[in-house]
Amino acid sequence: MTETTPKSGFLGRLMALPNDDPRKTIFIAVLLCLVCSVLVSTAAVALKSQQTINKKNDIRQNILAVTGLYEPGMDIDAAFQRFDVRLVDLQTGQYADVDLDPATFDQYKAAATPEYGVNIDDDIAGIGKRAKYAPIYLLRDPDSNAVQQVILPVSGYGLWSTMYGFLSLESDLNTIAGLRFYQHAETPGLGGEIDNPRWRAKWEGKKIYDENGNVELRVVRGFVDENATNAEYKIDGLSGATLTSQGVSNMMVYWLGDQGFGPFLQNLRTELESN
Amino acid sequence: MASQAKKNIVDPLIDNNPITLQVLGICSALAVTTNMTAALIMSIALTSVTAFSGAIISAIRAHIPSSIRIIVQMTIIASLVIVVDQILKAYAYEASKQLSVFVGLIITNCIVLGRAEAYAMKNPPMMSFLDGLGNGLGYSLILMAVAFFRELFGAGKLFGQTIIPVANEGGWYVPNGLMLLPPSAFFIIGLMIWAIRSWKPQQVEAPDYQIHQVHRTEVL
Repeated sequence: MTETTPKSGFLGRLMALPNDDPRKTIFIAVLLCLVCSVLVSTAAVALKSQQTINKKNDIRQNILAVTGLYEPGMDIDAAFQRFDVRLVDLQTGQYADVDLDPATFDQYKAAATPEYGVNIDDDIAGIGKRAKYAPIYLLRDPDSNAVQQVILPVSGYGLWSTMYGFLSLESDLNTIAGLRFYQHAETPGLGGEIDNPRWRAKWEGKKIYDENGNVELRVVRGFVDENATNAEYKIDGLSGATLTSQGVSNMMVYWLGDQGFGPFLQNLRTELESN
Repeated sequence: MASQAKKNIVDPLIDNNPITLQVLGICSALAVTTNMTAALIMSIALTSVTAFSGAIISAIRAHIPSSIRIIVQMTIIASLVIVVDQILKAYAYEASKQLSVFVGLIITNCIVLGRAEAYAMKNPPMMSFLDGLGNGLGYSLILMAVAFFRELFGAGKLFGQTIIPVANEGGWYVPNGLMLLPPSAFFIIGLMIWAIRSWKPQQVEAPDYQIHQVHRTEVL
């Protein structure tokens, strides 16, 4: 390209230098970085609000789905009015009395911070650390305001990945209303079948605790005979996905046990019975 | 000029396809082709990055110092990819979750840098844009074809709509699980290259070396 216009000023002289001149090289590099960083940050800032809404709605949609209320195209905000979001201190089982917004508190991110992270002693779920607090969702009846379902976030390691999901309990806090994973990287067609609606349906109505309050719920190998003893605690594992099934099983034992939501569910049961 | 423009778009579809002829960019072709929706979004993302990066790089090509030209190209490509990623996160959240890191990995896609270095550095912006568009479309064509086979035979669906009812959900078709795993994309792309090169033998590369037949009577 031939430059015909006479160059004047500092910029003009700089641009007129041969391309391989170090001064021009540095100038071009700085200029390009400035332009690109402005472009990137503009996009990031301008789209931030929309992305936050998407993220929030995505979690809400998963919660609605696990309770069975979700229909495609519904007004998620309106439907979510029926939910109470609370933060629970997992150790004490009480509602956490802290200045955190339960709707935006990210327990999985918080688990990695020194402020909120807690080491897990007997880490059967394979998650390493948990956050001090976890958000829980209470689904209330629109008329009587009674708790209908309790939705707990659960996570655990399968074969390849940590599986994240929501577990929904009936108001007796011992019967499963639904289970749904929203993020995992298990083998498609094998462990990935944890997303299969037919397998998920097997969880509905299963019981969790035995008379002594121990978590009895397990994912087992092979077909579960409905008439066998303790069949209400057993779920047919996924064929070809032993490790994923075990991961799901361990995740339930962990999160419903004493280290997870056990103390909270105990407290909530007392609270619900006294009402 | 018009014929050049047409050539830039049509050539990379079959005759000079970046995947089947040049065998570039197949890493993402393995990763995002388990279903057609993901493949479509990925195709659109890559095509727009290739086209716009070609145009921008070509527009400033006279001022790019040759000593840092690859870094300059990568900076422009990376910025465009971040913008595309941000837009997907804002307006196609489901798809961006499915594609996860692979949108970011467009930066390392050989097709984008290949077109920038081979074409955009030497040609005017409009032609470079069309060249990027053509190569993106060539990539998209193969991606969609691979995704078609993988989703249909691996999950019995197309674009998430059930086409063949699978046994797990009460149908008759037992899906081929291999189709959902990355190696199957290798097989499909390999078969496609075979088919295309049988159809257009001029794409067949000359062998690198040939075993020399030695006859008993020959003196070595």
